[in-house]
Amino acid sequence: MLLEVKDLKVQYGNIAALHGIDFHVREGEIVTLIGANGAGKTTTLYTICRLPPPEAPKLVAGDILFRGQSIVKTEPHDIVRRLHIALVPEGRHIFGNLTVLENLKLATFARRDQEKINEDYERIFDLFPRLAERRRQRSELLSGGEQQMLAVGRALMSGCQFLMLDEPSMGLAPLLMYDMFRALKRLNEEGMTILLIEQNAHVALEFAHRGYLLETGNIVLAGTSRELMDTPEVHKAYLGG
Amino acid sequence: MLQTFVQNILNALQWGSFYSLIALGYTLVYGVLLLINFAHGDVVMVGAYIAFFIASLLLGHYSFFPHALPGGVALVLTIILTMILTAAVGVSLERIAYRPLRRKGAHRLYVVITALMCGLILENGNLALLGASRKKFPEMVDKVVYNLGPISVTNLKIAVILAALLVFILLQFIVTRTKIGMAMRAISYDKFAVPLMGIPIDTVIVFTFILGSSMAGLAGILFALSYPILDPYMGLSIGWKAFIAAVVGGIGDIRGAFAGGFILGFVEIMVVAFFPSSYRDLFSFTILLLILTIRPTGLFGVPKTTKI
Repeated sequence: MLLEVKDLKVQYGNIAALHGIDFHVREGEIVTLIGANGAGKTTTLYTICRLPPPEAPKLVAGDILFRGQSIVKTEPHDIVRRLHIALVPEGRHIFGNLTVLENLKLATFARRDQEKINEDYERIFDLFPRLAERRRQRSELLSGGEQQMLAVGRALMSGCQFLMLDEPSMGLAPLLMYDMFRALKRLNEEGMTILLIEQNAHVALEFAHRGYLLETGNIVLAGTSRELMDTPEVHKAYLGG
Repeated sequence: MLQTFVQNILNALQWGSFYSLIALGYTLVYGVLLLINFAHGDVVMVGAYIAFFIASLLLGHYSFFPHALPGGVALVLTIILTMILTAAVGVSLERIAYRPLRRKGAHRLYVVITALMCGLILENGNLALLGASRKKFPEMVDKVVYNLGPISVTNLKIAVILAALLVFILLQFIVTRTKIGMAMRAISYDKFAVPLMGIPIDTVIVFTFILGSSMAGLAGILFALSYPILDPYMGLSIGWKAFIAAVVGGIGDIRGAFAGGFILGFVEIMVVAFFPSSYRDLFSFTILLLILTIRPTGLFGVPKTTKI
C-alpha cells in the first residue's frame, strides 16, 4: 500500500473540514477524489502535504501512512525531498517572476542526482514541447494551459514518485485538457502513481482506475471508476442526470 | 569648479555606498518576507560596536589579551568576525522575535511593530550596558591620500566604494544564478508553493538574514572607520534614510537598493555642495518624494500581476 488515510479529521480554526475519512492508493494506480466545491478535496491534499496553517488545516485525529510509515509529523519540505510526494496545487502557483527553466530548476533544490535531473528535463520537454520552446520566458507570460504544464513539469522535476493533482483541468480549453490527461496517462504507464482531484467527475472517472466521492467532509462512495459512473449519486450530482 | 565637482562625486559615492550596503538588508528581507525590518539600522549600530570591541581586542587594548596584531591582519580579522557576529545578531532577531509571530500566522503589521521594538531594545540595551558616553573607534588603517592632479582621494574612500561594488556583484550573482537565490525570489512571489518544491522556508529566511545582517556589519565597520565616533543612536537616521533609499529604488530589488542608495548619496552631497548644509534633508527628501510620486513602485519595482 502506498498511501493510507485513516479516519482523518481536520479543521480550520474551530471549523471541521474533514469528519474522519478513510481511503488508500496502491502503487501504480490512478485514484480520483471527486466532489462538489467545499467537499474537502483540496483540504485532503493539503493535509497529506503537511502544509502549515493558516492556508492548510490542522490535523486533529487520524493518521496518514505512506509506505506504512506515519507522515503526520513530517515537515512539508521533507514530504517532497524524502518521500517524493509532489502536489500540483489548484491555481498552479507557479513562480511568475522566474523563467520557465528557473521554475523547473528550483524544484530540484534538494536533489543531488545531476544525471537523473538532466534526464528529467528531457522527459518533461518531451512531454510538454511548449515548455521547451518557452524555457527562457518569464513564466507569468505563459498562457493558462502552459502554466498548468509548467506546474506539472515542476512537480516532476522534484523527482516525485507519487503525484497529486488538484483540478488540473481548471481553466483549460477542452483540447488542452485532453492533452493534459493524455500526458498524465503516459506518466502513469511509466510507473507514476497519481491521486487526482476533479470537479469534472466525468473526465476524472474516465481517466482513473478507482475513485472516492466526497461530500461535505465525508467519503460517501468508493469503488472502481466504472462502478462509480453507474451509481445514481454520481450520476445525479455530477454527470447531469 | 570641475575639481570640486569631481571631489563631490567621490564623496557622494562613499556616502551612497553606506546607504546601499544598508538598503540591501531592508530590501532582501522585504523581498522574502514582505517585512520592513525596522531594526536593521540598529543592527548596523550593533555591527559598529562589535567591530569596535574586536578591533580594540586585536590591537591589544585589553589587558587580558595584550598582544597587538599587525594592522593589516587585525583589520581583515575584524571585518570577517564583525560580519559573522552581526549576521548572528540578525539571525537571532529572526529566531526570537519574527519567527514565533510567523508561526502563529500574525498579520504583517504586528511583525513590523515588533521590528520597531527590537530596534529600540538594541539601542537601549546598548545604552544600559555601555552607558551614554561615546566610543572612539581605534585607528586601524594609516590614512593614505592619493593626489590625482587637484583631486585627492583617501585609501579608505576607495575601499568603501569598492566594497559596495563587490557586494553588489556578489549579491546579484547569488540572487540571479544560484538555487537559494531563486528560492528567495520564489518566496517573494508565492510563499505557499515553496515547500512544495522541497525547500525549507526557514532555511531560506535564515540565509536572507545572514546576507542582510552581515552586510549591515560591513557597513557598520566601514562607517566606523570613516567616522570614528560611535553612539547607541548612530543607526537611527542612517537606517531610516537607507530604508527610504531602498523604497525609492524599488524595495525587494537588489539593483534598486543600490540605485536608491547612490541617488540619495548624490543628492545629499550635491545639496550640501551648493546650499547651506541645513537644507540637506529638506531638499533630498523632496527630490525622493518626487521620484516616488512619478514611480510609486520605485525605480526598479514592478507592480505584481496575477493570471487567473
